[in-house]
Order: sequence, then C-alpha cells, then structure tokens
Amino acid sequence: MPEIRNYTLNFGPQHPAAHGVLRLVLEMSGEVIERADPHIGLLHRGTEKLAETKPFNQSIGYMDRLDYVSMMCNEHGYVRAIEKLLGIEAPERAQYIRTLFDEITRILNHLMWLGAHALDVGAMSVFLYCFREREDLMDCYEAVSGARLHATYYRPGGVYRDLPGQMPRFADDKTKWHSSAEFRRRNQAREGSLLDFIQDFTERFPALVDEYETLLTDNRIWKQRTVGIGVVDGERAQAIGFTGPMLRGSGVEWDLRKKQPYAAYDKVDFDIPVGVNGDCYDRYLVRVEEMRQSNRIIRQCLDWLRANPGPVMLGDHKVTPPNRVGMKDDMEALIHHFKLFTEGYCPPAGEVYAAVEAPKGEFGCYIIADGANKPYRLKVRAPGFAHLSALDEMSRGHMLADVVAIIGTMDIVFGEVDR
Amino acid sequence: MNQPVVTAPSATTGDARLDALAVSLAEVFAARALELHSAHGEITLVVQASELLSVCGDLRDRPEFQFSQLIDLCGVDYAALGQSEWETELAASSGFGRGVDREPDLQLDSPQRFAVVYHLLSLKHNRRLRLRVYAPVDAPGSPPMVDSVVPLWPVADWFEREAFDLFGILFSGHPDLRRILTDYGFVGHPFRKDFPLSGQVAMRYDPEQQRVVYEPVEIDPRVLVPRVIRDDSRYLGDALSNGGADA
Repeated sequence: MPEIRNYTLNFGPQHPAAHGVLRLVLEMSGEVIERADPHIGLLHRGTEKLAETKPFNQSIGYMDRLDYVSMMCNEHGYVRAIEKLLGIEAPERAQYIRTLFDEITRILNHLMWLGAHALDVGAMSVFLYCFREREDLMDCYEAVSGARLHATYYRPGGVYRDLPGQMPRFADDKTKWHSSAEFRRRNQAREGSLLDFIQDFTERFPALVDEYETLLTDNRIWKQRTVGIGVVDGERAQAIGFTGPMLRGSGVEWDLRKKQPYAAYDKVDFDIPVGVNGDCYDRYLVRVEEMRQSNRIIRQCLDWLRANPGPVMLGDHKVTPPNRVGMKDDMEALIHHFKLFTEGYCPPAGEVYAAVEAPKGEFGCYIIADGANKPYRLKVRAPGFAHLSALDEMSRGHMLADVVAIIGTMDIVFGEVDR
Repeated sequence: MNQPVVTAPSATTGDARLDALAVSLAEVFAARALELHSAHGEITLVVQASELLSVCGDLRDRPEFQFSQLIDLCGVDYAALGQSEWETELAASSGFGRGVDREPDLQLDSPQRFAVVYHLLSLKHNRRLRLRVYAPVDAPGSPPMVDSVVPLWPVADWFEREAFDLFGILFSGHPDLRRILTDYGFVGHPFRKDFPLSGQVAMRYDPEQQRVVYEPVEIDPRVLVPRVIRDDSRYLGDALSNGGADA
C-alpha cells in the first residue's frame, strides 16, 4: 500500500469564487482543509508609495480604487486624516452629505457582498436582484460626482460640490429596444432632485431587502452552507484583528459610528446589530440588518439636508479651491487656484491616524507629514487585510466547499488587501 | 545604566480620558519608554526596542490599558524626512532655482532610520494609542530587527510580513517571515526611500523566446509636482469658519 499523503490544491487566482485575484494554496487531507495559505499581492499597485510622490489632494482618487466597492468610505478615511492634520473641520452640511453617501456606499457594498456571497454558495438569482438596486445607487454617485464608481467626491474641507437640484434623466431617444412608455416609467422617480430620487429609493428599499431575505434567510441550502461555518468567538475575533461586521457577527458590540462618532453620526439615530454564534450565517444577518439601518440613517440625512441649505466646502482658499466665477475678476482667487493646483497645501509636520467605519470594517489612514505638500508616509489600514489573514485559522478542519463560504463571508476585495 | 524618564505631556489633548491615559502611561512606563507626546488628540509612546515585548504585554493585559486589538502595524523609513526637491526659502541673486533637486541627501546610516509603528485600540476603554519603536541595526549594512508581537496579537502575522517585504525590517520570533505583497522572486524592499518609484526591473513577454523576460527599467524618473516644504501653515486656524463655494 502506498503511503497516503496530504493533497495540495491550488485555488485561484483565476477562479470566480476567489473574489478577484486570491491565490490559495490548500493542503488537504481528503476533502478536509489542513492548512490554507493565501498568496496575495497580485493586485499590489504601491498606492502608499505613489501617494508619497503626489500632493495630498491628488491621492484622493487612489482611495476609491482601494476597496473599489465602497469608494466614498475610503475617501472619507483619507480626507478625515488630512483634515485632522490641518486642524480643520468641514461645514455641517458637508458632514451630513458625507454621512448620506457613506451609508449609500454601505448599501452598495453590502449588496455586492450579498450577491457575490450567495452566488458562491450556489444561489444565482440573488446576484441579479442585488445588482438591480446597485444600479440606482450608482446613479446617485454619478449625479453628484459625474462618475459611477470612482467618485473623488470628498475633499479636505468638505465635498466637491453641493447636491444637484435636478436628477439626471434618461433621454427618450426611441430605439427598437426601448419604447417611450418604458422611458417614462424609468424616469418616474427622476422628475425631482437627487434627494427626491434617494427618498423614493429609501421607500422601496426595505421591501427589497425583504425580497433577498425571502430567498435566503430561511433557505435550507443557505443555512446548511453557512450555519456553524467559520465560527469565531468574540475574544478571538479581537485578537485576530476583526473589525466591522466580522467583529459584530461574533457578538462584540463595536461600531466606530457609535463609539467614536465622526461626520454627523452622533446626530442620527440607528442601532448596531450584533450576532450571537459568530458563524457565517450570523454575519449574514448582521449585514442584512445593517442595510436596513443604513436606510434609516439615509432618511434622517435627507430630512436634514432638505431643511438646511448652506456651504458644503470651507471658504479658506489655502486649502479649498475658490469658485470659478470668483476667479474671473479676482486676482487673489486666481493666485490661490494656481497655487493650489500646481503645488497644493503644506500641512504642519506631525502624524495622524483617522479611521472610519467602512462597510467592511475599520478603514484607517496613518499619515506622517514633514511639512511638505506631499505626505511623507501614508499607511492605509485596510480591514480586508486583517480579515484575510485569519482565513487559515477559520478554514482549518472545514471542507473545501466551506472555504468558498468563508471567503464570501469575509467580504474580501483585493483592491484594499493588496493596495 | 542611564534610565530614560518620560513624563506625561504638558499639553492637554482636550479629552480628559486621553489625558488620564497619558498620565498612567507615564507612570507605568517611566523607565521603559523614550518619549511620550500627544498631538491632534492622539497619544504616541516611543519605546526602546529591547523593551518592546514587555511594554506590549503590559499594554494588552493591565486592566487600566487593555489594548486588546492591534489595529495596524507598519514600517516607516525616516531616511528622507524633511527633504524637499525645491528650495523655497533661499533665493540666490538670480532668484529661485527652477530645477528640481532629484538627489536628496538620504540619511541611510542613521540609527533611527527604520521604525515600526503600532496602532492599538482598547475596546474596553474606547481609546487608541500609537506605539513607535526604532528598529536597531547591529552593524552597518545588516538589516534592522525588532521583536515580533505575533505571540501577543496574532493579527500581527501578516502586518509584520508586509513590513518585512516593503522595508526589510526583520521580526525575530515571527513564525513565518515570507514576502507577502511583492512578486515571487522579487529583489529589494520597495518602500525604502532609496528604492525608485518606477522600480528596478520591468517584465514583458518576449515573442521570440516565447517566455516572460525581466529587463532593467527604461523609464527616466521625473517629478511632476516638486516636493516643497513651506512653513506657512500659519494661516490655518483663522479664516476657516464660514464661507462657502463650489469649485
């Protein structure tokens, strides 16, 4: 009889369940995982080194490309670090706009996660449902920033511009694929402002979350694949660096939005859902409830934003650009504009760390400044990096198919893991 | 043996809980820490490399600290700190030079060239702490080395691998110190200040040899926006309150 040895399986990097470019080397005994060794870095772009060679503001766009399904939350972490360094604070309306878009981003991210996770585990249709709603939210991104994904909307000192008073509509150019009646139907919610469009979305959304839950929450197969898989208790979750829904799924009530509030989170009302068992199913329930809570926050922001017009960017033109009309006849404004865009601003020397509760967990930026117009060192603390490092521990003793469920529950995006 | 003594920073952070933390840090680590300062509402503790593990153990386990989470760990290369590519203060008789100084004066042999920075979070007390340790170099040319904190916080595993990969800092006691982000067979430590932004080698597919080949990089370094240091952050703090504009 030949000796039976462990089997080594190479999973990815070209595998639909690898969520991008994860290469996983699995040592298996039969179908049971003995050791999982993730090889990452295939998407490493040296974002932090690139940021050292650019003025502060020019790196905001790179932040979108880190975790490319929760774009504005990444910007928020970076912009907040710069604001802390400069000692400035954005106007209140900008804070509410940031809160609004952070929560829109959270829903965007969780929808992407839910769809992909369900698809990995074998439920095809959830993916299609989720992408239907993502489309509406990305239209909101486009309406404020002009870009569906990589918005670069948050700036130190506020946001790039105020919310548009008119939601963009579909042009009714009749084609053989779409009738006029269909265009009318699609434009129905777009008659008013962006806020009206989001309002309409928030009214529809809870019922849509119910739809996803009908497909999954009591689904026998879904529960068989997720209950009791990848169990982590609260104590251990802290030691292995879990943050965000991964930590809350293990029953630890910790949310930076509540515990260390930023933007307008101390002025809105919401609850933190926590899990009990710390398995994939609990983390699923936590994230689904977070979508409902996000919806609640969005509605409160809408009410406030409607009632309180005001500036969305600081008026200090050493840090924020002057408006274009002013530049036409004001020499001072023109000089400020020129200096700001050719050289940028020089924050005082020092070091700061600022974190936000991104949809995946704590996203933080650590900036060391030496008084120059570029950061001396930027370190991006990505939640996915810490989560993925626990994959080995979480998947040991599970079956091969469970590894896919565990990768799914971690909500991994390689833009931020590899940076 | 001289005993470095730290005291609580005189400047308050404006947050009573943080000030209390600074006071207890100064008490407990008076003999083991090198510096303790607070700025921007954050506390930074600098410790000696030889005391790192005992300090970290206390920070994690003592009831007044309980930093149960290591949020972040990163390497820093201080070789080019405070260097600019364009002089803004000294003008020659002919005016400011418009040329960009591409050869900064790197402090490659400074004993405080490499540092490891830890960001700790206490869920119990809802407080953060930054811990910095300068990685000592035994002999010129040998790699900087600090103790690994993996036994205390398992999450440090990958963070330390990253700091090793990008900065070449060794962590003694790390269970599996391999490269993590760079390519298989990569040479050098890319985030060091003496490593060029465009890298050393470029990879392409050679149709004649029908395989991937590595060649020296042909891109010339260029600076689009020169790095300047200005001490005119003086305007910050006033004139920031009101006004609104779009861009």
